[in-house]
Amino acid sequence: MAKQYETIIGLEVHVELATKTKIFCSCSTRFGGAPNTHTCPVCTGMPGSLPVLNKQVVEYAAAIALAAHCEITRECKFDRKNYFYPDNPQNYQISQLYLPIARNGYVEIGAGDTKKKIRIHEMHMEEDAGKLIHDEWDDTSLVDYNRSGVPLVEIVSEPDMRSADEVIAYLTKLKTMIQYLGASDCKLQEGSMRADVNLSVREAGAKELGTRTEMKNLNSFKAIARAIEGERARQIELLEAGRKVVQETRRWDDNKEASYAMRSKEDAKDYRYFPEPDLVPVVISGEWIDRIRKNQPEMRDEKLERYKKEFDIPQYDAEIITESKHMADIFEKAAALCGKPKKVSNWLMVETLRLLKEHEMEPEEISFSPEHLAELVTLTEEGAINSTVAKKVFEKIFAEDIEPAAYVEEQGLLNVNDEGELLKVLQKVIAENPQAVVDYKGGKEKALGALIGQTMKAMKGKADPGMVSKKLREYLQ
Amino acid sequence: MANKISDETIEEVGILAKLELTEQEKKDAKADMEKMLDYIDTLNELDTEGIEPMSHVFPLNNVFREDIVTNGDGSLDTLANAPLKKDNSFKVPKTIG
Repeated sequence: MAKQYETIIGLEVHVELATKTKIFCSCSTRFGGAPNTHTCPVCTGMPGSLPVLNKQVVEYAAAIALAAHCEITRECKFDRKNYFYPDNPQNYQISQLYLPIARNGYVEIGAGDTKKKIRIHEMHMEEDAGKLIHDEWDDTSLVDYNRSGVPLVEIVSEPDMRSADEVIAYLTKLKTMIQYLGASDCKLQEGSMRADVNLSVREAGAKELGTRTEMKNLNSFKAIARAIEGERARQIELLEAGRKVVQETRRWDDNKEASYAMRSKEDAKDYRYFPEPDLVPVVISGEWIDRIRKNQPEMRDEKLERYKKEFDIPQYDAEIITESKHMADIFEKAAALCGKPKKVSNWLMVETLRLLKEHEMEPEEISFSPEHLAELVTLTEEGAINSTVAKKVFEKIFAEDIEPAAYVEEQGLLNVNDEGELLKVLQKVIAENPQAVVDYKGGKEKALGALIGQTMKAMKGKADPGMVSKKLREYLQ
Repeated sequence: MANKISDETIEEVGILAKLELTEQEKKDAKADMEKMLDYIDTLNELDTEGIEPMSHVFPLNNVFREDIVTNGDGSLDTLANAPLKKDNSFKVPKTIG
């Protein structure tokens, strides 16, 4: 019988904090500015410049730590991690090694019998590096320091996960929690949430951990799941062939669905960490912790319960909608505007989820405004458009955030509520389909469907099928 | 006490610092580093029993900045000394992470 293997996974998750300014200087953190426009002597490592810590970074980091049941380090410090790379202008990254802001936490994943705690080893604050863009034209790299000094929190888990599903459940939990705190938007695609996967395999029942590898460049949940499957298979293959797994950092290429060894990993001692002399210690008092705790916003579980009670939304739907803070915000705003929470929830649960899946998008990437969804609900409720048209209009809202009232007017999609017009079309359809009329009168209910279809087609879809059915029945009495 | 730095250590430090040294430079660096370590050894003569390690000489903590953007476009100054530039960026030899 083939050997059984167990996969052991731990994660290092980097989250870009939602501060307006960088961690050690007053440059903007906004994403997407022209290269090097958000830079100053501090974040480009000019000699003589001095870093000053952004208080909001400590507030956000502590809020995340508390939500993840961590112990806050009452006196924490910064350290320098030394390495040479063009994206790192100081030749060191200011991070925390010896006294990180928090330790020993956990988040819970799963529900019921599958409920499981994923322990958090430690959490620390640090600065992000710049960005290297490869220039194909003259085979060089271009360096943009706009991201240099953007605040990050790194959350290091214990090796408590055993499958891709658990990893994704853990990441989803962290993401939801952090979004609710408003501490980060956690967009994997844009890199405001990044996960490095440490993975090893061992024979089922073995006590010792196997040699692990670290995988980088994972920018979607799907890529993470594929990379885990790929790396597990690669390591098992090595072991089965009697070879060894080498401890190294690997880069996942999601297009090729394979990983490649990067430079061999520098050891911690190679980083020659030492205490950062330019920054003073951060002392977090009991009062400060209490204040952060008190200011925490409505978290996901509370919101979920409120939706069930206040809007009579079923458990499953409330779970899906509240999983993404962004979706929950759209729901609440649209529901308040049109006063039809159930209808709004239906649009999110059915059409929105379908389109997200179709385009392989995350709920955070929804770009339509709640105002337009609310307007669509109102148009449908008032009978101005029928449900088939509404679906088409919604696709336009989803893709381009069009204004539905103006759009249906422009495209002539409003229902024809003119009875005279409808009657004329009915008479024509009946005249052209004598067999269907005979069948219907002979008791074949199905034949009516054919007549409704013909009528809708003749009206170019701009009639209410319910109304057409009613009129047909009356007419054929 | 004379500290001895091995040839391997010099090689390793060279690699970490991304420096290519000639044999003579390696010899000089080795001698300099040995001198530095000897100097640091003086500190070991102190009795530090029961003294808390410190990372800062000033009795200060919690020096913060408020989260308000006050810096504008700094790209001109940032790029002023760039040996090579292109598209408002520093141009460096091809580097792949």
